[in-house]
Amino acid sequence: MGKVVLMQGNEACVEGALVAGMRLFAGYPITPSTEIAEISAVRLPQEGGKFIQMEDEIASMACAIGGSVAGVKSMTATSGPGFSLKQENLGYAALAEIPLVVVDVQRMGPSTGMPTSPSQGDMMMARWGTHGDHPVIALCPSSVKETYDLIIRAFNLSERYRTPVLFMMDEIIGHLREGMELPELEEVEVIDRKTVKYPEPKRLPYHIKKGKLVPEMAPFGMGQRYNMTGLIHDESGFPTNSNEEAEKLIDRLMHKVSDNYADIVKCEQVGMDDADVAIFCYGGTMRAASSAMDEARKAGIKCGIFRPITIWPFPEKELLEAAKHVKRIIVAEHNYGQMVLEVERVVKDACRIDFLGRYNGTVITPDDLLAKIREEK
Amino acid sequence: MTVDTGDVSVKTKNMSNLIYKYMRPEHLPQIWCPGCGNGIIMRDIAQAIENLGLSRNSTVIVSGIGCSARAAGYMDFNTIHTTHGRAIAFATGIKLANPSLEVIVVTGDGDISAIGGNHLIHAARRNIGLTVVVMNNNIYGMTGGQYSPTTPTGAFGTTAPYGNLDRSFDIAGLAYGAGASYAARGSAYHVQQTTTLIQEGIKHRGFSIIDVASICPTYYGRKNKKGSAVDMLKWQRDNSVTVDQAAKMSQEELKGKLVIGLLHQVNYPEFTYAYDQLIRRLFEEREENE
Repeated sequence: MGKVVLMQGNEACVEGALVAGMRLFAGYPITPSTEIAEISAVRLPQEGGKFIQMEDEIASMACAIGGSVAGVKSMTATSGPGFSLKQENLGYAALAEIPLVVVDVQRMGPSTGMPTSPSQGDMMMARWGTHGDHPVIALCPSSVKETYDLIIRAFNLSERYRTPVLFMMDEIIGHLREGMELPELEEVEVIDRKTVKYPEPKRLPYHIKKGKLVPEMAPFGMGQRYNMTGLIHDESGFPTNSNEEAEKLIDRLMHKVSDNYADIVKCEQVGMDDADVAIFCYGGTMRAASSAMDEARKAGIKCGIFRPITIWPFPEKELLEAAKHVKRIIVAEHNYGQMVLEVERVVKDACRIDFLGRYNGTVITPDDLLAKIREEK
Repeated sequence: MTVDTGDVSVKTKNMSNLIYKYMRPEHLPQIWCPGCGNGIIMRDIAQAIENLGLSRNSTVIVSGIGCSARAAGYMDFNTIHTTHGRAIAFATGIKLANPSLEVIVVTGDGDISAIGGNHLIHAARRNIGLTVVVMNNNIYGMTGGQYSPTTPTGAFGTTAPYGNLDRSFDIAGLAYGAGASYAARGSAYHVQQTTTLIQEGIKHRGFSIIDVASICPTYYGRKNKKGSAVDMLKWQRDNSVTVDQAAKMSQEELKGKLVIGLLHQVNYPEFTYAYDQLIRRLFEEREENE
């Protein structure tokens, strides 16, 4: 058995990231993610890595990209307003295919909003925040232990698919303290990007091997000189105005993620085998949902939980299958209605969909959910 | 071979060597307009690298967005064309991740002092070992001639149709004020001097900036009736004073002059060096405690 520790969600995020191989963190103070920067500042130099507090959120994002380009696993962390500011460079990382992890510990918005209050109001920004079409992988932990495990997975996915991975925490999970068991390090799977082993002067930097979708990466300085750009480029890494090349590139970027749905998309289903009513929740709302499900079952209502762990791409196959076997899905989220739009898109009329949103800085309680479960029509 | 352009005489016998050694000929000719000063400054950078004998494999060129930013694609190094204004922030990550790399940022006046102004002053303050070469043409060229932070008061741009009301930035002075440990100014005309200033900037351990007055005959020149490219280069020749000369001149006499040379240099610990020292200290302390 591994060591049992008491940890905060934000701390678990850093400790997990270190296990995943993070050796550069660039950040800017913002509530409620600040502890991630503070703990990184303490821990990274102890592990031979580097922490830097940049002058703003945009610079933090750019710096993390730069670190990854030079071959070091990099991360940045922020909260709503900062996540807005990172969007342009997020698109850069998606297009130039630079692995890194971006943590958003969500707080209530819009604008400065209520900085210390929980929210899940950035879920659609995670999908659509940067301009243009681009692939997105976003994960959503619902406990401290899961934060630890899932941030490792976030790095692994970013390295495997050469794409930024968004780690969508919320204030509840970020500031939650729980006991958790640390894994044995040798049991942890850590994936590193496929790199060019030795310089090949004629190699095209975005060359795709047959049957593959992800180009091997050459860290700057290893001898493979090439160009990287945020312009639409071909396999040579240089800009092109070819419409065919543009379409080919966007298609490949999207397929990197969509063709690997089974590897990327994970969700948790609790009590769904015989459920009549399902609570759809993610992140911090899972905790109220668990209590509500237990109470509902005690009262004889067959309640289950459907929880995406990967929120983007949306677990549509699993959700549609689940929807066929329940009468109702109650979507519980701390916003005015974001992921419920995806649930409606996927489920259509397979079952009834009810929405329970909270957007005033408080949280959805088990009682709120129970009341919703007991609503007849 | 000597090219005579009026009385501006430039020796170009090494030109082709530099192109084949440091440029990507398959991507030439460059997109800059005829008469643009950026090509001269790009050559100065290549010459400085040649003089220092830097390895292409361990040199990184980082650019932002704008006319200047296209330099990265032409130069045969590890090159990265980033987002508007953010070249220094990307470069900071690269240098931090691998301090053994020589990281050179090629940027323009809009890129570095408008949208990227925050990164400039903080990288200068942090004294991270980047060399920043500014192709300062006093205008937004790529978008067609809008006034920039270095457009002089009263000068014209497409967004300053009645003359610019803003005052202009002294980029080298700004960086110096923010703590840059090496700040210099060159010009497109002063090839030898500018090459030396870039060379010394690369050698300098810490943040260095070389603000190079470029020329934009297409937009700035036409809008402001500055004549041909050659006229604009002659203007630089006739209106430049050295740092030493400037020291003896009054503010009145310095008006409209371009002060060329090393403006400031001081030795201060470079950021990534200081960070490596910190890591070493923590490791040593841990060993002592074990």
